[in-house]
Amino acid sequence: MTVAVQPALRPPRGQSAWVQAWPVYPLVVLLLAIFVFPVGQILALSLFDPAGQPTAANYVRVVTTPVYLQTLAITFEIAGWTTALALLGGYPVAYLLAHASARARDTLTLLVLMPFWTSFLVRTFAWMILLGRNGAVNRLLISLGITDAPVSLIFNFTGVMIGMVHAMMPLGILAMLSVMQRIDITLVSAARTLGARGGQAFWRIYFPLSLPGVAAGGLLVFITALGFFITPALLGGRREIMISQVIISVVQELMNWRFAGALSVVLLVAAGMVFYLYDRLLGISTLSGGAAAETASQRRPGLMGRAGAFIGRRLIAALGALADRVAELREAMPALGPARSNRRASRPLLWAISGAVIAFLCLPALFVIPVSFTAGTFIEFPPQGFSLRWYATYWNSPGWIDATIRSLIVAVCTAFLATVLGTAAAFALVRKKIAGRGAILALALAPLVLPRIIIAVALFYLYARLGLLGTNSGLVLGHTVLAVPYVLITVMAVLRTYDERLDQAARTLGASACRTLYYITLPQIRPGIIAAFLFAFITSFDDLTIALFVSGGKTSTLPRQMWNDLLLQVNPTLAAVSTVILVFVTVFIVLAETLRRRATSRAG
Amino acid sequence: MAPLSGAALIENRSANSEGVGTGTKIKLSIRSVGKSYGAVTALADASLELAEGELLTLLGPSGSGKTTLLMMVAGLVPPTSGEVWIDGKLATYTPPDKRDIGIVFQNYALFPHLTVFENIAFPLRMRRMRTADIASAVARALDIVQLPRVAERVPRELSGGQQQRIALARCMVYSPSIILMDEPLGALDRQLRDQMQLEIKSLHRRLGITVLYVTHDQEEAMAMSDRICLLNHGRIEQIGTPEDLYFSPRSLFAAEFLGESNTLDARVGDGGRLVGPGGLVMRVKDDGGTKPGERVKLLVRPERLHVLADGERADNVAEGELVETVFAGGLTRYFVRLADGVMLSGKELTDQTGDRLRQGMPVRIGWRAEHALVLRPE
Repeated sequence: MTVAVQPALRPPRGQSAWVQAWPVYPLVVLLLAIFVFPVGQILALSLFDPAGQPTAANYVRVVTTPVYLQTLAITFEIAGWTTALALLGGYPVAYLLAHASARARDTLTLLVLMPFWTSFLVRTFAWMILLGRNGAVNRLLISLGITDAPVSLIFNFTGVMIGMVHAMMPLGILAMLSVMQRIDITLVSAARTLGARGGQAFWRIYFPLSLPGVAAGGLLVFITALGFFITPALLGGRREIMISQVIISVVQELMNWRFAGALSVVLLVAAGMVFYLYDRLLGISTLSGGAAAETASQRRPGLMGRAGAFIGRRLIAALGALADRVAELREAMPALGPARSNRRASRPLLWAISGAVIAFLCLPALFVIPVSFTAGTFIEFPPQGFSLRWYATYWNSPGWIDATIRSLIVAVCTAFLATVLGTAAAFALVRKKIAGRGAILALALAPLVLPRIIIAVALFYLYARLGLLGTNSGLVLGHTVLAVPYVLITVMAVLRTYDERLDQAARTLGASACRTLYYITLPQIRPGIIAAFLFAFITSFDDLTIALFVSGGKTSTLPRQMWNDLLLQVNPTLAAVSTVILVFVTVFIVLAETLRRRATSRAG
Repeated sequence: MAPLSGAALIENRSANSEGVGTGTKIKLSIRSVGKSYGAVTALADASLELAEGELLTLLGPSGSGKTTLLMMVAGLVPPTSGEVWIDGKLATYTPPDKRDIGIVFQNYALFPHLTVFENIAFPLRMRRMRTADIASAVARALDIVQLPRVAERVPRELSGGQQQRIALARCMVYSPSIILMDEPLGALDRQLRDQMQLEIKSLHRRLGITVLYVTHDQEEAMAMSDRICLLNHGRIEQIGTPEDLYFSPRSLFAAEFLGESNTLDARVGDGGRLVGPGGLVMRVKDDGGTKPGERVKLLVRPERLHVLADGERADNVAEGELVETVFAGGLTRYFVRLADGVMLSGKELTDQTGDRLRQGMPVRIGWRAEHALVLRPE
């Protein structure tokens, strides 16, 4: 025996839960410093006047100024309609994804994920190309003779809706999908054998089971939509101004931190109220995909819950009956043939609707590509001639190239930092018994749900005093806060499917903890970690909100540069830049998604 | 660290031929080891010794603490109390990589990203053995498990039985002091299981390795073990040879967990007599130190029951109706309902029962006094 075994008389250091939890500490420290502290500060700021005395003046101003209340109402109106439309359009797609063959599901999921990750600005820009007065849609409508004059599709409520639904639907689909995938489809068959027609079987059995997913998707979409500003700013008109836009102008034009803080609190309270209502009605456990049976309305049937359940049951029964009447009518018509089974008849319809929705999600961004090759000086569709002049403009513009390089550097550093911190924390959170595990997880995932604009304003205030404004390190720290949730979710999922006995085997075979990590664990979860890295990269590369406050002028990032041009002078260079970003990001996402799948399926 | 060399094998074999328990070295000593998670006690005050070359099985239902004990021997779970000694050294808190033990896991835990060769070479590389020696040691280990040609494949290309053998080879290649096996045959189908039982047993005999084996399958435990340590509810019920446990179980749990048994409620009378159901008077050889008047359980193994021919006598006789016979190949099982509804099951060789047993016929069942065991109810 070459290894001398020293008798260990007492438990080695590291048995203590506090010491074992060390990998989460760097992340927790970062989040406390760059997230909790500044956000808390900006919110607290709203309660004091410049002399440091407590005051409600900022809130009185919000409540007593009609324009702010109006903005709040419009914010809710836009978020509400976005939620309803995104769920309505997303439901059939989620259903198709949940119950399609594995191969079809993989491809379709990627198609849904793509717009979710593809640069937000690029997609909004694409809608500007499509929906403008001389945009592709209007050209088509006129050439088909449907209208004589261009229809107003942009700079109004319609434009905002198209852009917002397009942006939010993937989120809703993914939330619904996670619940639908767990529904046992044989239950529907069981209902059929028990005498339910197709419509009844769907509405009475499948639909209620899928409701937790619909509710979770609705919550996520609504909360995220509340904090939007890009779409209403670029696609909306004078009326469609959301609260985040007001916060931006209060900070950037009035430099009134205290009032911006008060508006942030209003936005937060609005989001919190939605959470509260959701919990009262459905129970927060459904968010993480808890069983439908655990809904709050069954746990503690309050008046609201009971009323909701009663109305819900009636509605479902009515929908089932209605679907069956329609089916009967169709069977009664000899032309359609009664021999055809309901299921087979409804399948192509499902594919057609889902296909249309997916096309709506994926195709618009592609319109930037032909436009970028125009030889003309304006953005128009179809483009005039073919040239690479706008690519040359991009390439020869120091502003654009500097911004591109800065974005790449910041994204790489962010991805590196977020991956290291997030992976270490994921290990501890999955494998160790940590006191306050739930709280740490909630803290680390909070940047996903908290409106980004609040984080951005808070960081602006913090950085202004630390001298971090306009620095790459300031951007990297801020982006890391945004990217860490994605790293955590990805790596934790991989680690949960990882068979820990492999590590135990390595230990008993003579490998130390470090060598086990290096030779056994890391090689196997590498695809997952690379995927996490790529997601973190994209999060940083695509972020406008933080960059809007923390960078600027000569220190602009690529999204910041695009935003400036989109507001001031829309030109074909934007199309060229967009095309570059689109191709770059698409490659990234396909790579990340492939790796992530390989990582989580390996253990199976 | 000695690789698995021919000389080592012979040496081990001669060591083993001395037999178990005759002054051979103690490889593993577990002294009053306990483990609790908060208020839940997973294992209480377990003591156990494992001699060189011995195969000892931890047997028990799930949740009985057998895997907890194994994990503490491996150093993967720290005990709450007590000491673990491996090879004469205190190892209670020694990290697993410094303990010189090997584990065969139920799912084999072969590293999916490494080839079979690299899997088996892993413990040798961790011990910084020379590359040339590694190659020959791995080749020998593959020979021993009769899979000489799979070195360059990856684990998922192998069948379950082959993966099992590679796991064994990986564990034996560095000749650890003790090999721990955690339900190693749990994932195999019946036929392969029986075959692997024989192979592990023969490897154990040939190589003289010391094995701590975990299973919940009592047949497997009886077939393979030198000794069995029976666990229940986190406590050791009984340690002994398979014969000890089968023929002299010390508790009702032990009696019922190993093999089949008939248990009858009885009250202790005078002079080695018990009064059973329906006033049936039964004689036993050993009353197990019970006092007259005490309520006890009387246990008789099915194969100890005989259907008596007319006029045949026995120490104990019970009369009843034959309710069912079940043909099970060489053996036939039968069920007799006694007058007050108590059911007894018996087993006889099929060719001996012949056509004697017919459903619904009245029968007399007999058994010898020494074949009935008196146990206190739990």
